[in-house]
Amino acid sequence: MIQWRPVYVICLREFKKFFREKSRLLGTLARPVLWLFVVGNGMNSLIRPQAGFSYLQFIFPGMIGMTILFSSIFSSISIVWDREFGFMKEMLVAPISRLSIVIGKALSGTLLSVAQAIIILVLTPFLGIHLTLMQFMEVTAVSILVSFCITSMGILIAARLTSFDGFNIIMNFLVMPMFFLSGAMYPVSSMPPALRHLTHINPLTYGIDAFKHMLLKNGTPPLGPEFPLAVDLLIVAAVSVVMLSLAALSFRRKD
Amino acid sequence: MSIITVNNLTKTFKTLTAVDDISFSVNEGEVFGFLGPNGAGKTTTINILCTLLSSTAGAASIAGNDCAQNPDEVRTAIGIIFQDTTLDTGLTAYENLKFHAYLYNLDRALTERRIDEMLNVVELQSRKHDLIKNFSGGMKRRLEIARGLLHYPRVLFLDEPTIGLDPQTRNTIWDFINTLRKKEKITVFMTTHYMEEAENCDRIAIMDHGRIIAMDTPGRLKEMVHGDVITLVTSDNELARMELQKTFGVEARVENGALSLEAEKGDELIPRLIHGLSVTTLSVGLKKPTLNDVFLRLTGRTIRDEGPRDNKEVTREFVRSHRRAQR
Ligand SMILES: Nc1ncnc2c1ncn2[C@@H]1O[C@H](COP(=O)(O)OP(=O)(O)OP(=O)(O)O)[C@@H](O)[C@H]1O
Ligand SMILES: [Mg+2]
Repeated sequence: MIQWRPVYVICLREFKKFFREKSRLLGTLARPVLWLFVVGNGMNSLIRPQAGFSYLQFIFPGMIGMTILFSSIFSSISIVWDREFGFMKEMLVAPISRLSIVIGKALSGTLLSVAQAIIILVLTPFLGIHLTLMQFMEVTAVSILVSFCITSMGILIAARLTSFDGFNIIMNFLVMPMFFLSGAMYPVSSMPPALRHLTHINPLTYGIDAFKHMLLKNGTPPLGPEFPLAVDLLIVAAVSVVMLSLAALSFRRKD
Repeated sequence: MSIITVNNLTKTFKTLTAVDDISFSVNEGEVFGFLGPNGAGKTTTINILCTLLSSTAGAASIAGNDCAQNPDEVRTAIGIIFQDTTLDTGLTAYENLKFHAYLYNLDRALTERRIDEMLNVVELQSRKHDLIKNFSGGMKRRLEIARGLLHYPRVLFLDEPTIGLDPQTRNTIWDFINTLRKKEKITVFMTTHYMEEAENCDRIAIMDHGRIIAMDTPGRLKEMVHGDVITLVTSDNELARMELQKTFGVEARVENGALSLEAEKGDELIPRLIHGLSVTTLSVGLKKPTLNDVFLRLTGRTIRDEGPRDNKEVTREFVRSHRRAQR
């Protein structure tokens, strides 16, 4: 079902294009860095440390989540570009399974997101956050899972999006709410009940919660993780599988 | 032996029947063309044949494989040059070809050699490592032809292969296609609405409103128009048309401010016409019938050579240039 040479070359193409478009790399990295330095540092002086964590430390897991969210969505949106500029047809008329195309896109999106998450991790000493090697490895491992999940979700959306117009709607009504309703900026428990329910159907919440397990060790709610780590990982993995399967199916459909 | 077989193929989009119960077959090694105006259903037929679209009714098969049942076998057997370019403009010529080779699982040892071979044929070897962004329209088309043939397909589909190109580039493109045809022994299925281009075909199906209204060699199609075509511009075309009918017994059509009529021996009829008509003749033309005259005879309309592009295409073009400007 999965042909690996096509998967490899689809990934290779995405990497080449990513590194040729310097603005994209810069954009996805600048956003979390700005938030961390400007918002994080600014709020840091207003909000005193609670339970041993500064505000900057509190939002750091969320910033990794944000990097992954934006980078993964941007990667998967490349499907809409491919369709609009015709390149998608080159892939669709090739004797390869539709699943191979989806896997190729999902893997490349995942790897690019993880790479960017790692860059953020490497920048931490400048923020006064010091990670152990173990934490670094753990966060990287979870990043892979979370990136795969968000990329798969993006691919499913992109597969159904028929024009660029949809893109802004997705950004404003899905990506931004996903970010704000994920416990990235403020603890989920401090939200009104209606919004709290929304955070519970947001897969990013569980991804960020998993990062909190690694980065806010021994923290307790409201600042620390809210769910058991196993639950976080299981939900993220399950959502990935469902999204990816649905995406592969919608690629198979031809009118 | 036929390599493409289409039986009673129909495709309906909601209420619009884009392809209406067409049947034909294409022999191995043949150059077969679809000629028809905008919206005739040419691209829709190609999309069904190349497995991108499912049919509403009927069946199509290529090299013995049903397009709906065994899409992967069909995909391996065909190469396609779509109406709109499908190159990745952010990659180089080489990268586009290599991507293709990997998708079609071309033998590793062969890939580099084959890429160079094809680039040489379409004379793009010197641009091998240039980004497609910097290619002209004709260069892109040539590269697409090289790519379409890279994996040794048995059938090559060309959807309006030279649309939007100047006549000179159009001729070079055809030189390449003909060279490659001899070299690779392929069957060519093409669509066009350029008359001269259709002349390259062994057989032509004339398509209109989703139906095939005539199918034969270009020569025999033109025999449907008797003898020569005379065009006349007079001081009063409508009056002249009636006189032609009464006095000479010939039916003439008025189009674009000129009368057009068919005559067995046009050169002998012209002097008689000029003498016999009461109106002043402003200009006279005599030509051998073209496929356009055939279409005119069959439908009462002409196929416009430079058809207006539909809105979707214009929008896409706009988005493209806009995006290009953003980079
Ligand atoms: N996906 C679609 N949904 C709805 N209608 C469609 C679709 N694709 C094509 N059509 C319609 O089907 C008809 C045939 O279109 P098609 O693209 O096959 O024409 P064509 O012969 O290739 O024309 P052209 O010379 O302009 O390329 C047109 O009326 C077109 O609007
Ligand atoms: Mg067309």
